[in-house]
Amino acid sequence: MTSVWDDVVGQPDAVAVLRRAVTDPSSMTHAWLVTGPPGSGRSVAARAFAAALVAGDGGRWTSEVADNARARVMRGTHPDVHVVATDKTVITVAEVRDLVTIAQRTPGEAPWRVIVVEDADRIVERSANALLKAIEEPPPRTVWILCAPSEQDVITTIRSRCRHVTLRVPPADAVADLLVRRHGIDRDDALVAARAAQSHIGLATSLALNAEARARRDRVLEIASRVRGVGDAVIAAGELVEVATAQASASMAERDAVEKAALLRSLGADNAEGGKTLPANVRTQIRQLEDDQKRRGKRAVVDGLDRAMTDLLSFYRDVLAVQVGSDVDLVNAAQVADVRAVAAASDPQQTLRRTEAIATARTRLAGNVAPLLAVEAMTVALRPQG
Amino acid sequence: MPPARRSASRSTPTAGVPWDRAELAPIVLIRGTEGLLGDRAVSRLARLAREAASADGSAELEVTTVEAAQYEGGRLAVITSPSLFAEPQHVEILGFESMTDACATDVLAYLADPAPDVTLVLRHGGGVRGKKVLDALVAAKVALVACDPVPDRDKPGFVSAEFSRARRKIAPEGVAALVDAVGSDLRELAAAAQQLISDTTGVVTDQEVDRYYGGRVEATGFKVADAAVAGDVAGALVLVRHAMASGTPPVPLVAALALKLRTMAKVAASRGRDHGADVLKGLAPWQVDRARRDLQGWTPEGLATAIMATAAADAEVKGESRSPEFAVERAVRRIVAARS
Repeated sequence: MTSVWDDVVGQPDAVAVLRRAVTDPSSMTHAWLVTGPPGSGRSVAARAFAAALVAGDGGRWTSEVADNARARVMRGTHPDVHVVATDKTVITVAEVRDLVTIAQRTPGEAPWRVIVVEDADRIVERSANALLKAIEEPPPRTVWILCAPSEQDVITTIRSRCRHVTLRVPPADAVADLLVRRHGIDRDDALVAARAAQSHIGLATSLALNAEARARRDRVLEIASRVRGVGDAVIAAGELVEVATAQASASMAERDAVEKAALLRSLGADNAEGGKTLPANVRTQIRQLEDDQKRRGKRAVVDGLDRAMTDLLSFYRDVLAVQVGSDVDLVNAAQVADVRAVAAASDPQQTLRRTEAIATARTRLAGNVAPLLAVEAMTVALRPQG
Repeated sequence: MPPARRSASRSTPTAGVPWDRAELAPIVLIRGTEGLLGDRAVSRLARLAREAASADGSAELEVTTVEAAQYEGGRLAVITSPSLFAEPQHVEILGFESMTDACATDVLAYLADPAPDVTLVLRHGGGVRGKKVLDALVAAKVALVACDPVPDRDKPGFVSAEFSRARRKIAPEGVAALVDAVGSDLRELAAAAQQLISDTTGVVTDQEVDRYYGGRVEATGFKVADAAVAGDVAGALVLVRHAMASGTPPVPLVAALALKLRTMAKVAASRGRDHGADVLKGLAPWQVDRARRDLQGWTPEGLATAIMATAAADAEVKGESRSPEFAVERAVRRIVAARS
């Protein structure tokens, strides 16, 4: 029998708390704050909790009606569950005021009206002030579920009005089980992907399903053993930046074109074809959009490089683990030979210096240093040194 | 033997005679991005028109100057219609590259039906605006004057021509010193030549150039990088200070250092490698030659230190340090020290 908690991977403690809240009215409260590192499944946990509140958690209530309600919650179409997810940097006051109004309504079919805010860390102080009263004393049948990476990311006045549930980094085994169950992947492959993604569920899925993503990651890790001198380092850095740029522009190109078409349509200029030039004021708006898109593209390049650096960090973490003889599981199970070779060719001090160089490069990227130069300095520091 | 790098090289030269051979014609089109030469062509044509009018003994020449950006429809027809006294007309339309639509329409109409006793001079400062009108003018075979930017290798010739036009002589060393000192901007170079012509007598030598323009160097990030990898710490620091004092921000200075070191590392890596040519993809032959020469006196370890110092400096000029100037100077010192 499936339960709504199945997709909340490797979080037995948190699930126990939430289950008790569903079954035991004295354990229930009106505002929850779910925190956990990226990829630990905050929003999945929040939705599962919402589904359990609306229609039970599948243990006792097994009627068709309840199943249907749960499915609608997971899809985000249940009328009594309101999910707020944003891809903007902040949640504005206007959006929050809407939420406050919705929170006053009595649920239509379920015992609870649930409001899930997926990015509670993006509620700025002004928006938070509009929300305080509604979170502190909601109507008797309204529940707030807020999600954030950590408690510190949420403004104090909100934090203090919520009950906290902390998610941990799920164990790689649990993530692998999820991949096997959901996508029917071979158990060993799933475990390798889960470890390589360091239990980030989204990343693990893409590594397990997408051969290209796997190849890209392998190529990044090769740098550690491929770079033999300064020349190699500079060439490898050039490749790394090139790949990140290509990947970013590939993922952005389609979205950019759609946005541009939408803007042209809203300006009434979408039928200006055949080399007819646009009026000057329309051109300014288009240029502004293109500037924004360019900025977003740059950001995507830096994000891609940052991911590559995190992968390299995990490699040197493995190297260090081998060097000090620790018996923890390796993150990069597929690259055991390379890890051992690098471990044998260097000493722990060097490994630490290298991880430091990677960390410095990440800081520099965040500080707007020319990406190519920052990566070059990093790969140069990774070369074998006597 | 400096190869033709960093000079504003153009893919195709503009058609037409140079400014000092421009002759009067019913319609003259002056094209090109070099402002000084364009101005000279315009004033030369105005002088020629005046001379022609006075030689004719006819009524006084009337010169009208119109800015194409402020042109209002019908203006050209008003100016060029015959007046009661049948004066010859000389019309200059300047800034043709930012013409109004009305200007384009009127010029096209005028081209089909030019007025007698009128010389029309059009100054187009480059760019694609008004391409339709330009094409029509060229097709109608109007007189063309080209004012392309003068590439670095032709600048000594430009200076010599300036002096010989004033019937003066300048020694070849003097030419070289003058181009080194103020050669980047043609207007400045011409003004410097004019000053030397009016302030000195006899043949101008490099001592005289040095007296007027000594100590002036044109500092760019590339020159700083050249001096630094050559191990000339004093020269490089003078250039850094000079570049920053004359308004170059620190960020491009560091970028030039990084580019230089990157090219050197790539060229070093291309040696003794199966696919050496692949590594050098995207580099011009002169860059490769230059990097080969620069690599003398460098070890791989030295290059590594230099690259890391440059990356640190880039972080510092972008906010990690309170003194970006010092960060650049320290990077230069570290690069020189890394050279063995």
